Amino acid sequence: MTTSTTPLYYLSLAEAAAALSSGRISSAELTDAVIARAEAVEPQLHALLSADPAAARAQAQASDARRAAGKSLGPLDGIPIGLKDVIAVRDQPLTAGSRMLANFISPYDATVTRRLREAGAVLYGRHNCDEFAMGSSTENSAFHPTGNPWDLERVPGGSSGGSAAALAAGEALATLGSDTGGSIRQPAALCGVVGLKPTYGRVSRYGLVAYASSLDQIGPFGRTVEDVALVLQAIAGHDERDSTSLRAKTEDFGAELRGPAIPRRLGLPREYFGEGLDPEVAAAVEQAVSYYRGLGCEVRPVSLPHTPYCLDTYYVLATAEASSNLSRYDGIRYGHRCAEPRDLNDLYSRSRAEGFGAEVKRRIILGTYVLSSGYYDAYYLRAQKVRTLVRRDFLQAFADVDALLTPTSPIPAFRRGEKADPLAMYLCDIYTIGANLAGLPAMSVPCGFTRAGLPVGFQLLGQPLGEAQLLALGHAYDREHQWGRRHPNL
Amino acid sequence: MNSSELDLDALARLARLALTPEEKATFQRQLADLLQHIERLSQVDVTGVEPSAHAHPLQNVWQEDEPQPGLPPAEALRNAPARRDQMIAVPKVVE
Repeated sequence: MTTSTTPLYYLSLAEAAAALSSGRISSAELTDAVIARAEAVEPQLHALLSADPAAARAQAQASDARRAAGKSLGPLDGIPIGLKDVIAVRDQPLTAGSRMLANFISPYDATVTRRLREAGAVLYGRHNCDEFAMGSSTENSAFHPTGNPWDLERVPGGSSGGSAAALAAGEALATLGSDTGGSIRQPAALCGVVGLKPTYGRVSRYGLVAYASSLDQIGPFGRTVEDVALVLQAIAGHDERDSTSLRAKTEDFGAELRGPAIPRRLGLPREYFGEGLDPEVAAAVEQAVSYYRGLGCEVRPVSLPHTPYCLDTYYVLATAEASSNLSRYDGIRYGHRCAEPRDLNDLYSRSRAEGFGAEVKRRIILGTYVLSSGYYDAYYLRAQKVRTLVRRDFLQAFADVDALLTPTSPIPAFRRGEKADPLAMYLCDIYTIGANLAGLPAMSVPCGFTRAGLPVGFQLLGQPLGEAQLLALGHAYDREHQWGRRHPNL
Repeated sequence: MNSSELDLDALARLARLALTPEEKATFQRQLADLLQHIERLSQVDVTGVEPSAHAHPLQNVWQEDEPQPGLPPAEALRNAPARRDQMIAVPKVVE
């Protein structure tokens, strides 16, 4: 798919690692190419909220020096990787796309940041996102919207839209996002790259700006499934600083990809192929299904009967957790503080009113309502019970199949401003929310384009801690098709 | 869900959010729509179903009580909107 004329910024992470290892390129050259590319496309794309080219160049030089001394740290050493602006990098801004944190500087590194540094990665670019990761289009950023690299009038998806768009446009070789209801997978599908939400607890959330703590998970974007496996390898693992992180063995995900076996039994949940699914998306996903049949996979229909209730369950649980998590933004210790408060309550109420945007306020109010006295049992407690049933549906399906295959998003990238009604926007996530409620690993893999040239992705869902099989399954399709290696006209 | 049941003033007070009259009117309408959608959860039979706070059954997590270095005061105060000496300045709370 790539030739010797592929610009450095469009190399896959694996190709760049091989080129660095053989001495054909240096990290300084690669990093310079990415920075120059970002400077060229940013005036149109607006995927970045901030960037520190000097810090990136210093890390690249340190990587080259390590390599020259025979002390390379592995496949990520010297690779420019960007982060969604909800992940803390010491001494860098951390806005979460919000006016509330417009002037915040991280006093420490997130655990994923520390792990990327330990793997030698060059950290470059902090990506735009929906405010506090609440949204599906990146239009809720307090700073500016981000374009879709395939059509600048359209959204890149969200909430990690900047991270997907930046990767698709060549502003990094891999990126990290966060996914609470589809915020990695949906933008990956809309921008034509691979995006993985790991099993809940696989990757530490220490240093991630919290939205809904029982659902949030950090994960990688890559141009190929192999690239995503390489990044997951670096960031996964137990962390004492996140009590929900799992004490699970971290397999060699790359080795699993090279193994001969892939899971054979694929389930198609019938509830994911019904009303509202765009026919061009359906056709592209059906072609991926056919490919797996051709590989000898047994494809069978399955049912996840509580699927119609996932969206409602999500909006009760996520807003309840958000209303609690975001109470920390009180204008006292950090974040925006209003001018001349009359008293303490006025300081809280006006600082929050001035610091938060409409979607965040809406979710805080809804979360406050579902947790309030008299409604707790009817909404919050009931949603927690439905969540049990949703998880049970998935685990029952996995008794008969090894993985599930669905569309990632019901529609391709839509126009900016097209979904002004909150409910219409929320419906973008109907196929991705289930994996968050059930804590499952799920990945979006690009599988073609619409006639209008917009990317389409399919989603694979696996059993808890089943990332190795999921990646092997995705790789079996991706290595033959490589849709994520096509580049937009930008 | 009857939208008149949504007391936006009370919710805004609980959430410490100073909403404008326009925001209250918009949220009143939008949240009534959302709650009508969410109301569908009442159709699910949850008899005898245990609630899940997390996707995975999590046990209490214990850690040795060992002192670790924390943020130095200057770092901890770096993002404070108002400071005096090595403290965060706030409006007077008690007379």
